[in-house]
Amino acid sequence: MRITELFDNGQFVVTAEVGPPKGIHAEHLVAEAKEYLSGITAVNVTDNQSSVMRMGSLPTCVALKNAGLTPILQLTCRDRNRIALQSELLGAAMLGIDNILCLTGDHTKMGDHPQAKPVFDLDSVSLLHTVCQLEQGVDLGGNPLVGEPPKFAKGAVVSPCSESVDAQLAKMERKVMAGAEYFQTQAVYEPEKFIQFMEKASQFGKPVQLGIVIPKSAGMAKFMNNNVAGIHIPQEMIDELAADKEKAKAGITGVEIAARVIKACKPYCQGLHIMALGWEAKVPELLKLAEL
Amino acid sequence: MLITELKAKETILSALGSKVFVINCHGCKEIRFPEQEANALQKELSAAGKITGILTTDYICNPENLKLQLDGYAAQIRESDTVLVFSCGVGVQTVAQLLQDKKVCAACDTYALPGYQGVTPLEHDCGQCGQCYLNLTGGICPITACSKSLVNGQCGGAKNGMCEVDPTMQCGWERIYQRLKQLGRLDVLKCPVQLRDYATDERVNKE
Ligand code: SF4
Ligand code: SF4
Repeated sequence: MRITELFDNGQFVVTAEVGPPKGIHAEHLVAEAKEYLSGITAVNVTDNQSSVMRMGSLPTCVALKNAGLTPILQLTCRDRNRIALQSELLGAAMLGIDNILCLTGDHTKMGDHPQAKPVFDLDSVSLLHTVCQLEQGVDLGGNPLVGEPPKFAKGAVVSPCSESVDAQLAKMERKVMAGAEYFQTQAVYEPEKFIQFMEKASQFGKPVQLGIVIPKSAGMAKFMNNNVAGIHIPQEMIDELAADKEKAKAGITGVEIAARVIKACKPYCQGLHIMALGWEAKVPELLKLAEL
Repeated sequence: MLITELKAKETILSALGSKVFVINCHGCKEIRFPEQEANALQKELSAAGKITGILTTDYICNPENLKLQLDGYAAQIRESDTVLVFSCGVGVQTVAQLLQDKKVCAACDTYALPGYQGVTPLEHDCGQCGQCYLNLTGGICPITACSKSLVNGQCGGAKNGMCEVDPTMQCGWERIYQRLKQLGRLDVLKCPVQLRDYATDERVNKE
């Protein structure tokens, strides 16, 4: 099932993200996803997130699909040229994976193989363009595909709280022009900034899912403020996390904060995307508290 | 060696306004310059009454030197709406840096050829991509100013305007966005999807 159909029906679409293991066993990931994420619409599977080598996104998507979940294949341009990306897309379509999220990808220097060659033959925009070409039965080299062409729900990302928000909006528009049908955002902690962003982004007429990362501790919040692009956690939230260390450690404070952000932003967006970063078990509680 | 080739005539003409100031760089011997084609095009523009002045010089990649030269043509430059530069990518970037409120256009694509690459300037760099993007980026090279050499806009990695790969380096696409804004040319960000062509060097090497 393509999630674009749900947006079209006016459904508030909730997705969450999982990262494949660095190893050959996906049983644990699948079991956790089944236990905590089966109530939501779809599950994103990251593609060697943060340039850290792991099991591929596509086989993990297939494992989740076999367990009855709806996976979203994340595809970055960091590790594959246009030939490999198109080949992966055809394979995904054959395996029944029809939701994708197109990303440029982090630089190889950010991960655990900094010596690797960064590819970036395509980028998020030209990848979306490539997917549209394939959907019309032609590859990027202009050669016809044999038989029925693939069809995907094509997603992309945007950073609403980036200091360069105008440049981000310009890039978002390019993604829409290139064929993006829905957007998931970087983590939001400042509803005012998100609402301002949505006022401008709504002109593109594409559904936007609010990005949420449950803050785990004051330390993590400060780390994200200093190191993660497009994320800013206000000082009051950091103080709130620092005030009761046990409560924060148990995840209660983080879930409360996240639920507040969701409630404040919900009227302005079309869905929610949770990046639980290992706290998948907290997702049902978060959804309950956010009244979803 | 580098080689510069004139862009397609329609591409150049579509980038120009009604009044054009031309800069030709006949600088280093390491660069092959398409002199005849450039002259022919300039004659045509001149006949159509579009040219406000022509500066033919060398080593425009040297900013101090270039600044002195440009000062001598201040009136003609002011009169123009576009400055059209016939040089390698570094030359165009140097002009764009000095004339920040002017639309500066590259007339040539710069390709690499094996051998000595000529004088290396300090401030700007050209990756000799063979598809010069400077007309779409306000004269800032996306190939060398962006760590991922992206040609369709900023990635999500910039933090406080700095690049995710090197926090001491300004994000190239942040610079491009600000320059286009300053020039009132943000509309070029709505240009068609750009795709790199890695076969260009092959093509030139076989010629
Ligand atoms: S875009 Fe950059 S690398 Fe390509 S020719 Fe122009 S200056 Fe050189
Ligand atoms: S942060 Fe800016 S310069 Fe660095 S890779 Fe991304 S777009 Fe390029």
